[in-house]
This record gives sequence, C-alpha cells and structure tokens, in this order.
Amino acid sequence: MNEDNYLNAGYSLRSWFFTTDHKRIAILYFASLIFFFFVGGAAATAIRIELATPQADLVSSDMYNRLFTMHGIIMVWFFLIPSIPNTLGNFIVPLMIGARDLAFPRLNLLSWYLFMLGGAVTLFAILAGGVDTGWTFYTPFSTLYSNSYVVAAVMGVFIAGFSSILTGLNFIITIHRLRAPGLTWYRLPLFLWSLYATSVILVLATPVLAMTLVLIAVERVLGVGIFDPKIGGDPLLFQHLFWFYSHPAVYIMILPGMGVINELVSCFSRKQVFGYKFVAWASMAIAAVGFLVWGHHMFVSGQSLLASLVFSFMSFIVAVPSAIKVFNWTATLHKGSIHFDAPMLYALAFIGLFTIGGLTGLFLACLAFDVHATDTYFVVAHFHYIMVGGMVTAYFGGLHYWWPKITGRLYPEYWARAAAVLIFFGFNLTFFPQFVLGAEGMPRRYHVYPPEFQVWNVLSSGGAVILAIAYLMPMFYLGYSLFFGRRATANPWNAPGLEWQTPSPPPEHNFDTQPVVTRAPYQYSPDFKAEPQNA
Amino acid sequence: MPDAVAPQFISTAHRDETAELGMWVFLATEVLLFGGLILGYFVYRHSYPAAFAAASRHTEIVIGAANTAILLTSSFLVACAVDAFAVETRKICAGLLSGAILLGLAFIILKGVEYADEYREHLVPGIDFNFEASEANGAQLFFVFYFVATAIHALHMLIGIGLLAVMATLTWRSPTTRHRAALHSIALYWHFVDVVWIFLFALIYLPGRSA
Amino acid sequence: MWREWLPFWHPGVSPHGDDTDLLFAGLLFISALVLGLLFFLLALFCVRYRASNLADRGDRIRKSWHWEVSWTAASFVGFLGLFVWGAVIYFEIFRTPPDELTVFVVAKQWMWKVQHAGGQSEINVLHIPVSRPIRLVMASQDVIHSFFIPALRLKHDVVPGRYQDLEITADKPGRYHLFCAEYCGTEHSGMTGEIVVMEAADFAAWLAQQMPSNSLAQEGGALFRELGCSGCHGGGSKVHAPPLEGLYGNLVPLADGSFVTADDKYIRDSILLPRSQIAAGYEPLMPSFEGKVSEDQLLRLVAYIKSIGGQQP
Repeated sequence: MNEDNYLNAGYSLRSWFFTTDHKRIAILYFASLIFFFFVGGAAATAIRIELATPQADLVSSDMYNRLFTMHGIIMVWFFLIPSIPNTLGNFIVPLMIGARDLAFPRLNLLSWYLFMLGGAVTLFAILAGGVDTGWTFYTPFSTLYSNSYVVAAVMGVFIAGFSSILTGLNFIITIHRLRAPGLTWYRLPLFLWSLYATSVILVLATPVLAMTLVLIAVERVLGVGIFDPKIGGDPLLFQHLFWFYSHPAVYIMILPGMGVINELVSCFSRKQVFGYKFVAWASMAIAAVGFLVWGHHMFVSGQSLLASLVFSFMSFIVAVPSAIKVFNWTATLHKGSIHFDAPMLYALAFIGLFTIGGLTGLFLACLAFDVHATDTYFVVAHFHYIMVGGMVTAYFGGLHYWWPKITGRLYPEYWARAAAVLIFFGFNLTFFPQFVLGAEGMPRRYHVYPPEFQVWNVLSSGGAVILAIAYLMPMFYLGYSLFFGRRATANPWNAPGLEWQTPSPPPEHNFDTQPVVTRAPYQYSPDFKAEPQNA
Repeated sequence: MPDAVAPQFISTAHRDETAELGMWVFLATEVLLFGGLILGYFVYRHSYPAAFAAASRHTEIVIGAANTAILLTSSFLVACAVDAFAVETRKICAGLLSGAILLGLAFIILKGVEYADEYREHLVPGIDFNFEASEANGAQLFFVFYFVATAIHALHMLIGIGLLAVMATLTWRSPTTRHRAALHSIALYWHFVDVVWIFLFALIYLPGRSA
Repeated sequence: MWREWLPFWHPGVSPHGDDTDLLFAGLLFISALVLGLLFFLLALFCVRYRASNLADRGDRIRKSWHWEVSWTAASFVGFLGLFVWGAVIYFEIFRTPPDELTVFVVAKQWMWKVQHAGGQSEINVLHIPVSRPIRLVMASQDVIHSFFIPALRLKHDVVPGRYQDLEITADKPGRYHLFCAEYCGTEHSGMTGEIVVMEAADFAAWLAQQMPSNSLAQEGGALFRELGCSGCHGGGSKVHAPPLEGLYGNLVPLADGSFVTADDKYIRDSILLPRSQIAAGYEPLMPSFEGKVSEDQLLRLVAYIKSIGGQQP
C-alpha cells in the first residue's frame, strides 16, 4: 500500500498526540478503550471467580465491594458510554456525511485528553485503595459513611463527563452543518440518526450528573449535609438527581449500538432498512421519552405511589420505539439476500439478545414484579443483556464491518465467525442463570450468599470463563490482521454509503472531491458488484 | 484578505455560523447544569419555606442588587461591542469590551466582599455556621445552595472575563471576520452567564423580602 | 398446578404472592411467545432468503405504513395491559389493611433489630403469627437499607431520617429468608436473617417465653423521665408545653393554621426537629434531641406516647 492515507501521514508521537484528524483520534480512543475494557473485565473476572462458591474465599468483603464498584464505574463511564460514539462514530461520521472532518476537530482532541485525565484520576482512586459505594454512589453511604476514595472517583467521572459533552456537541453540529450537498436528513444513514439522538442525550443529561457529583464532593469534603437526613437533607433527592442522568445514560449506551445494527442488517441483507422513517424517529423518541422514566429505579425507595405509577407507565411507553426497531430489522431480512459474514452474525445476535434484555425490562417496569425483583440479580441480568448482549455485540459487529475501512486490512472471516458464536454461547451461559437467581431472590452486590444459590452461580461463572476467552479471540486475530491480513479494497462489502467511496484506509483529507448525494441510502445491489451511491 | 478555512468548511460564513451554533448547544448544556442545582433548591425550599425565607433575609441585598446592575450593564456594553465590531471602530469595540471586563471584575470583588461578610456572620456551612435553632437546618441547606451556585457562577464569570480579555486584545490589533464570529459566541456566553445570575438573584435575595 | 412446571420456583406465601407469581408467569408466557415468534421469523428469513437460495424476492413491501402502525399499536396495547396488571397488584401490596400487631424494626449496619410491642426483642429474626397482617415500622440508624423477604415477594427501602410503614402477611408457617437488598457497606451480604412464621398459639407461647423485663412502652416511659421530657410535658411543669396524654392519632392544630395527624412520624419529628411543626398556641421552646437519642430509644418513646391514650391515626 503505497498511497498516502491517514495512517502513514506521519509517524511521530507528535503527529498522533497532537492530531486533529478525527480518524486518528478515533484510534486513540480505541486504544484507551481496550485498556479500560481490560480493567473492568479483570474486576468482573475476580467477581465471578469469587461468586462460584457461597462463602468468601478469594477476597474480603471490603475488597469485593471495591471490585463491583470499579467494574461498574469503569465499564459505564470509561467503556460503554464512549465506545461506539468515540471510536466508530469519530471515524465514520465525517466519512458517512461526506465531510473532511468533524465540525470542531480541536474540541475532539480535547475530549480525548479530558477522557484520559478523568480515567487517570479514576485509576488513581482504584490504585490508592478503591471506592466501595457501588457505581450509583447512593447517599448517605457515599457522603457520610464510606471510607474510600469517593471524591477522587467522582472527580474522575466528572472530568470524563466533559469529554462526553464535547463529543455530543461535536456530533450534533457536524450532522447539522457538514452534510454533503444532496444529503438531506431523510437520506442520512440511520447510524447517524442514532448518533444524533445519542448526542442530544449526551449534551442534556451529562451536566446534571456533573452537578450531582459536585454536590457529593462538597458534602464529603466540607461536611455539609446536602443529602444528610440529620439536618433535614433528603437521600432521595440524590437518587432523583442521579437517575435523571443515569437513565438517559443507558440510552446513550444502546442507541449507537442500534445505529450500527441498521448498517449491518441492511448491508448483509442487501436491502434497505424496512420503515426508514419509523426507525429514524424511533431513535428520537427513545431519546426524548428516556428522560421521563428515571423513577423506575426507585419504585421501592419511598417515593409516592403516584410517582411510581407515572414512571411505570412512561417506562412501558419508552419500550414501544425499541419494539418498532426490532420488528423493522426483522422485516428487513424478509426477501433480502442474506450473507452470514461475521458482522451479520453479531447483528443477529444483537436482535435476539437485545429483545431478551428489552422484554425483561418490561418485567421490571411492571410495578408489582419490580417490588420483588428490584435490587436482585434479575436486574443485573437485564442490564447485562442490553449492555453486553446488545451494545458490546453491536460494537464488535461494527468493528468488524468497518475494520477494512479503518485499517485497510481484511480480518480472517472464519476466526471471526467462530468468535461471534462463542461469544453468543458464553454470554448466555453467563447471564441467563442470573435471571433465575434474581427471581429466586438473590440480592445484588452480595459477596456471600446462601448455598441454595450456588448452582446458578457456578453456571454463570463457567459461562464467564468462556466469554472471557471469546472476547480475547478478536484481540488476537484482529491484531494479526493488522500485520498479515489481506489488503482491503475501498469497498469490500459493495455498500453504497459515502464512507465506502474513498480508499481503505482513507486519505487524511477523506475525499479527493466533494461527494454529492442523489439517492436514498441503502440502495444495495443484490450481489457484491461495485455500484457507488453518487453515480 | 480572507482567512483560510479549515477543510471541513466550505466558506468562512459556513465556519462562523457553525461556531455560533456550537455555542448555542454548549449553552444548552449549561442550562441543564444550573437547572439541576436549581431543582434541588426548589425541593428544599418547598420543604422548608420559613427557613429559606429567614435565611434569604440574611443575604446582602445591596451587594446583590449592585451586582445585578453591574452585570446587566456589562452585558449592555458587550452588546454594543458586537455592534461596534469593524476595522474602523476596533478601538471603540475593544474599549467597550474592556469596560465589560472591568465591570465583571467589580462583580467578582463585590462577591468576595459578600463572602467575607457572610463568614463574619457565621453563615458558611461546613466552615463556620450558626443560625437560630428553629430554622438552622433549612438555613444551612439554603446557604449550601447559595455558596455552590454563586461559586460555580463566579467560575463561569472568570472564564468569561478571560475570553473577553482575549477578544479585546485581538480586536484592538486587527479584527477579522473570524474574530467577529468568536465575538458573537463569546457575547452569547456572557449574556447567558448574566441570565443565570438574574435567576440566582431572584432565588437567593428575594425570598422573604416581599412586603 | 402450573407451578409444577417451574420446579425451582417456590410459591409466594403472602396474600398477593399468588398474584405476583401469576403476573410473573404471564410475563414469562408473553415473552416466550414474542421471543419464539421473533426467533422463528429470524430463522425462517435467514434460511429462506439466504443469498445462495433462489426464493421469490419480488414485490418487496413498498408502503410499510400498515405493518408499522399495526405492530406499534399491538405493542402499545400489550404494554398498557401489562402496566395495568402490575399497577393493580402494586396497590394491593401497599394498601394498608386494618392491622393489629405492630413490630418495630431498626436497620443498622449490619443487622436488623426487631422490637415487638411487648418489649421482646430479637436480632436478624422476626417471629410473626401466620395469616395476620403485621405492621412493620422501620427506621434506619445510618444508611439506606432494604427489607426484603423473597418468599413474600416484598421489599421496601429503609431510608434514614424517616419511618417506613410496611404491612406484611404470611399465609403459611415456615422459615423464610430475610435479606438486606440495598447496598449498605462492608457486611451488606451478611445482613441477612429469617422470618419465622408460626401458628397463633405457638406465637403466643413464643412471646411469653421471651421474658422481656419491660414492654417497649414501659421503657419509653422511663426514657421520658430520664431525658427530661416530663420536665416540660409533665403535670407539674411551669413550662407551657402541649400535654401528650390522648395525643396519639388525633389531629394537632399547628401555628400556621394547618392540621396534622399525630402519628409515629409526627412524634419522631417532634423530638428531632421540634421547630418544624409548632403546635398552635405554644412557643417554639422545645430543644431538639437530634444526636442525643438513638432510633431504638425513639421507637420506645413513640410506644410510650401511644400507650398514654389516643387512637389509631
């Protein structure tokens, strides 16, 4: 590969760490995220090994509490929230809309540095001794009783939050202002609609978290009782403020994944997504209604029965647009021409696992059942089905789909399919038993548990071993492909999107000439013959 | 002489409008930032109306009102500066911005005086707080809100002053269309900080003081 | 009978337990249907429309409105049904039946302290008679805990700074798990216990056997004197303080013109935050006992004030 591309445009450290090229920044994020995924994964491994037996054997209770807290904090804020937006989003968005870069490239670089700074502060909290409050930081435990590095941890998350806000801001402005000529809103690939909806949430929800974290820090450092019942403060106010951000946050975590699935299902069925407008507006609806359901985390917290009623109702409403998407993806397959490359395997896995996760969300939205199931492993299983079975699966799918574009190499197809199948199997074995555990009453965040829960715990831990191996496989074969993989052409999937109309890997300036769009998206030909969109 | 445009933009106008739109989105995030805090304020005010009113009567309304007048005037000067932005009138523009900076600094100084007064009157929760026992809890919550909100607001003011200073310097030398866009965005930011203050003024100084 | 199909599912033993279990079964059934349909369609389409297969791919659906509206409406209606079903049972769970037995529960890191009205106390165990509604009055000494009895399909958070009422009824004798379900620190997973449900006669015998020296109300009376409450609220006091005989359960006129019922929460707040609700016609003279009296002592004082006359609030 002799032609100039963004990878060989400069080899110095300076050219990487002071880059404003969205593609290089995506790579920087990707490297950081692999690191944080390992840190969070290491905590998960320790947790599952410990939970294979009812009694404490691997770690002390204090250590266990720190492990699940760090697992949550790292995975939520330093892996899931930035994952697709900051890697695939950063790389693909300008290409997909026919632009040379995002609207604010320097802000993009700043967001990576803020992310790293936040990560460093949080890592400091881990290394100095850890945090043991749970990733939810409930008061008054976190403000008045915990003897751990709470302030460091919340400050790390606070800093990383600004990274989120800048990313969202950048995407919103980019999608509004930098679309290629002819690329109207209804010609945008649905990945962009999803990222736009995600960005709206990023921008509006994260500041509330920022303020809440500041209040925790103030209460801890200055000893003033904002949430302290002894001076009339209300612990439930914390929960409302926290979940007002953290519920929309879960939509930040899933919407980009849904966006990727649109691209995968259409490409590997060689067919446009069924009901484009419905899917596009379903993303916006999820973002909007997602701000109105936070109280479903608090049905037994002491909030009024009326509030619980309203939040339960709204939680059922927010499930409707998600259901629409699942039906639409399924309908896309109808009369398509389906290929089972690795990205498609991930997409199919996503549809199944996300549906299970979503259906169990309905269980939890159901007030009477939630009284039994909240704060048990049922909830843990539910959110892992969505976040790992959904989001991480979609991330891997997108990674494999755009790997040729990003690296200029093809990944080994059979290894990729094997890994996808193993991930699916390992994932279900890990998390399905946890639904049973929760229904039987095993509470979450339990270090030791009554012996009757052991069988399901052992199954879950066994599954975790398989899942860990399965997640390591892509590291090896993707890494291998970087050096020894077959070179990719500009458009190995024969897809009509703008990102495929430029070489793999793209030149630093993305396009030689400004692309012009004349057709709707997803105009796939039934086979893999070249047919560019702007012809 | 047109300044070069970054490759993702098609023209200077494109770049400048995009930058301003970016500032609007950023201000939306700030609305939510202060909004969260103000929501907490209203929850506790609803629970402790008498204590909040009593605590509010201990705030320094003279300084508060003076600060409000100062900020409104500084916003007026910034608006005039935006109007006066042109090569011929660049010194007037820079002068107006400097005036706004001075007023901003006056605000900060008065805020410092106010904080010192509150410290002397034992109204700083966590450091030195003493209030009549019947209202102590609610008053403490009020003053926590007061200090957190005004401190964060003051931080935003300092950032704004810094931005205005940079703008004033650039304008004095040789303003370009790129600087016009920057000035628009910074002016938006300054006006927003002003609007936040108006809300804070109403919530901090006025409860308990109506006839 | 359908429960036999779920071999590991222990039936709920509360009055609403059957309803919750039926709801769960219903949710499982609907989910299985939806998931089954989805997997069937995915498999069908993947097989029939795989690239190498010649199948009829003409007449792809152009206008998708009918399908979209249909499945959106169907989802919406289905979800609404589930919402109503869950909400109805929820209100049943948290309705207040006429109760007779009150038991106080104090949650603290990391144990459950149970106090029966007659003074019998136990730690991490709660003995109750079968088929009688028990009113638990719960308080937390420190952080948020959550009182969870899986067999009753019931839990509620115990938040510091407030009293939490919870009505429980167990319909079958036996021993059932009690868990803390809100993370509360180091020994959160050790904060477990048992609910022991006994026949009425056995329960009465157990109560008698506990040999408490004093009932809660008696201990509360002693505290009332020790802490100096009788100094102002007692008969011979020179301080003009509201008399507390006959107070419990009645309406109290407040200085701002409103009325409040003198329930457990009111008593507790009056001791800890006396200036928050001043009784009409009295000066705000009462000092706060915040920090000077523990939750255990508070519930004894409440029991004492209940015992000196009054009615159910």
